[in-house]
Amino acid sequence: MSFDKERFKSPYSFLFGNMNLRTKTLLIISLVGFVLLAIAINSFFINVDNITTNFAIKNSQPSLQHPFGTDWMGRDMFSRTIKGLGLSIVIGGLASILSAIIAVFLGLSSTLGRYFDHAVNSMTDLFLSIPHILLIILVSISLGGGISGIVVGISLTHWIPLTRVLRAEIKQINTSTYVKLSKNFGRTKLWIAKNHLLPLLIPQIVVGTILVFPHAIMHEASVTFLGFGLSPHEPAIGIILAESMKYLSNGSWWLAFFPGLSLLIIVLLFDLIGDNLQKLLDPTQANE
Amino acid sequence: MSRKKLIKFLGLKAGTLIVLLIAVSVISFILVEISPIDPVRMYIGEMSLSQEKLDDLNEYWGVNQSLALKVVNWLGNLANGNLGTSLIYRIPVTEVIGERFQASFMLIFISWLFSGILGFFLGVLAGFKKGTWVDKGIKIYSYIVCSAPVFWIGLILLMIFSVQLGWFPTGLAVPIGKLAGNVTLVEWLHRLVLPALTLSITGIAQIALFTRSKLVEVSSSDYFLFAKARGEKGWSLIKRHGIRNIILPAITLQFLSFSELFGGTILVEQIFSYPGIGQAAVTAGLQSDIPLLLGIVLISTIFVFCGNSIADLFYKFLDPRIKESEANEF
Amino acid sequence: MSEDKINNRENVTKSPKTLLNVSNISISFFQYSKGLKKIVLHVVKELYLDVGEGEIVAVLGSSGSGKSLLAHAILGILPGNSLLEGEMKYNGKILDQKLKEELRGDEIALIPQSVDFLDPLMKIGDQIIGDVTDDKKEGKKREMTKIFKNYNLREDIADLYPFQLSGGMTRRVLFSTSMIINPKLVVADEPTPGLDEKPIEETLNYLKTMANEGRGIILITHDIQTAVKVADKVVIFYSGYVIEVNRTENFSGNGNKLLHPYTRALYKALPQNGFKLFEGSQPMNMDKEDKCIYYDRCRQSIEKCSHSNPDLVEIDGMKVRCYVVEKSYEI
Repeated sequence: MSFDKERFKSPYSFLFGNMNLRTKTLLIISLVGFVLLAIAINSFFINVDNITTNFAIKNSQPSLQHPFGTDWMGRDMFSRTIKGLGLSIVIGGLASILSAIIAVFLGLSSTLGRYFDHAVNSMTDLFLSIPHILLIILVSISLGGGISGIVVGISLTHWIPLTRVLRAEIKQINTSTYVKLSKNFGRTKLWIAKNHLLPLLIPQIVVGTILVFPHAIMHEASVTFLGFGLSPHEPAIGIILAESMKYLSNGSWWLAFFPGLSLLIIVLLFDLIGDNLQKLLDPTQANE
Repeated sequence: MSRKKLIKFLGLKAGTLIVLLIAVSVISFILVEISPIDPVRMYIGEMSLSQEKLDDLNEYWGVNQSLALKVVNWLGNLANGNLGTSLIYRIPVTEVIGERFQASFMLIFISWLFSGILGFFLGVLAGFKKGTWVDKGIKIYSYIVCSAPVFWIGLILLMIFSVQLGWFPTGLAVPIGKLAGNVTLVEWLHRLVLPALTLSITGIAQIALFTRSKLVEVSSSDYFLFAKARGEKGWSLIKRHGIRNIILPAITLQFLSFSELFGGTILVEQIFSYPGIGQAAVTAGLQSDIPLLLGIVLISTIFVFCGNSIADLFYKFLDPRIKESEANEF
Repeated sequence: MSEDKINNRENVTKSPKTLLNVSNISISFFQYSKGLKKIVLHVVKELYLDVGEGEIVAVLGSSGSGKSLLAHAILGILPGNSLLEGEMKYNGKILDQKLKEELRGDEIALIPQSVDFLDPLMKIGDQIIGDVTDDKKEGKKREMTKIFKNYNLREDIADLYPFQLSGGMTRRVLFSTSMIINPKLVVADEPTPGLDEKPIEETLNYLKTMANEGRGIILITHDIQTAVKVADKVVIFYSGYVIEVNRTENFSGNGNKLLHPYTRALYKALPQNGFKLFEGSQPMNMDKEDKCIYYDRCRQSIEKCSHSNPDLVEIDGMKVRCYVVEKSYEI
């Protein structure tokens, strides 16, 4: 029996031909990963000082030389945007990793006993009860501004989903036969955690970290847009957009449009990677 | 609905809220304490202050005391309803919050209602027409909007409607510190449109995606199949068995979105210079108006908690299954 | 329908007019496993089945063998990732998806297995009455009251939600949902619950009454005793294949009129026949049928059985899928 029937054709078959879902998913992940990496690496080679100010071409509309136009100092908006995106990716990455560390720590400790579990639950409730942006602002102020304030603030507000996933997963694994067997052999909790839990949890942690990324980037942009954390000289997307507000009234739409659109695309790409990785891990979504 | 049960529910929630508020107060106070900002020095600024007033301030902030004492001192002040005096507005924090929150509440409520109704409708439509271009259109819209920063959408709307078309004020002219009371109602409504639209555009996406996936899930449930097997079909089938089973989770989700709405308001108010609590929060943060910032953290906590509690209430008192099993406990 | 037919059941079953004819139906699914590898599951293979008016045909298969899918296939409610091949005819007309959608809730009814098939948030009465226009509502309500009386259900059950029903009530409510449309063909999916004698007896009586009213009934069950008690014909499922179709009266005595070795083993395993257990289990979802599906458990296999799966052949109005039987009848 073959399944090459019309009704099983993917709606995107014109894009991917007869490729199966596995190949397609892996292809999407590697392509998108490549694009994101390229942006991050490229942005490091763009030196802020090299984005020359040239008042002769200030406030010029998008053109072939300057695809995103130039600002009030004649700086090329494309270079500034790429630089800003790189900064966003780095901050988002740091915050995601830090939040994953918090999540692993809390997820593991929640299984140590009833009280630990209760404590983690209360912490979840507590952190869910303050709007994220407000808490990030508070943490950023508390740490006296700078990138570290933003990173810590974002991580403190983004550990909850992964912690929940890990907690559920650990509970499931803990009731499995081989863990019980290990306990009967007198293995310590630490040994079990290291040898049984972590290997099974690592894929979840990786996917969870990547899924936090888009949210982290978005919050970073929001908070810097409001003027917290980074100094106004850093070419972060949030700061570029905040600056652009001053020039909107004279019609310089490109100052806000392109940087924001680029950020949107980056967030979409990260979402795409996360969703596809998750599909590989948990195929029920693909089965639908 | 049993009255006794409701009272018990509300009592429990009130208790939880008090504990939560204490925890939030302590944490935010400590966060501010370890920051390089000195609230007393910030308040004084360039002014010369009478010794009496200075003593008051020192007492309020518990200067020269240990951190634990400071926290206890601060909690005592809160319990008396004394949230301190705003540094920027030079009036009690409670007054600033009271006035600002009204304006924000209108903005939030309108966007909440609008995005909830429209989002639910779009979600049902997408789920009903699953696989068609209508579904794809709604899905693509939702994914894109979910990935777009709220403030960027706000900027785009500002460019189109205020700058290009000139329909609405750019709002940038209102000086910081001018309160909502100084604006006329029409002016104010005029000012409300774009922020509310921005918040709604983003709010729709989440509820639409949720409703759609819920409807798809329900459509493959046994009872939905059985209804089909009994000859039910089309829109009527969706209405009878689909919407009936997804409306409660959708309303619940909408109430759980208070936290995100509040976050969105902060950004949107900043862009449109809307004189609400979000703008006050940003100003307070940037100018180190610690009493005001702490006050806003507390009011936002209460706001989010109310949303969660209402969601809980809906779930517990409207779903016949839960209504029954809970009633049996008494 | 004449009184005569109702009272004299024998007449009906002798040469019933064929209502549903299922020939060579296969149902398969595709699924993704971890890492998004595609798996195809062949759940039902080469299924043949005939049901006449007033006839009860039991489809017998072990639990979880996917025989419920047959019910879903007849009503056209298989999920999107499934593929249905083969042909079904209803009253001589090809039963395609369009006709299924016309007939379900009108001439064909499903009696599902559990309370999960009732909308958890809708009152029982509204679900039984179904989606009707307001002018027909009153008539349906009266109809429902009558049916409730027949099934010994209190009238106020109509105002309850599914979760408030007991197991017995649920079953009778599920029967009511089918009777209100006055169907010609009823597909009952595992309607006999648990092991208690009395409720089983009661359920089987409902089915008998339905058949006596001239309705064709497909009874899907995993319990051979239930099947034998009410059915006129028994279709035996093994590993997704029909391996035998036999008349009920042949499930008697020492069972030597049964054809397939599996059916015989099944019959011998009944308590009253000595409870002879047999070892082994059914191979599920075999992809390559390069031997008889029963080969690994069969004690009388011949050389041929080890390299090809037999076809379903007709013998004296019965059907069997076995080379050994074929040989003994010299076909």
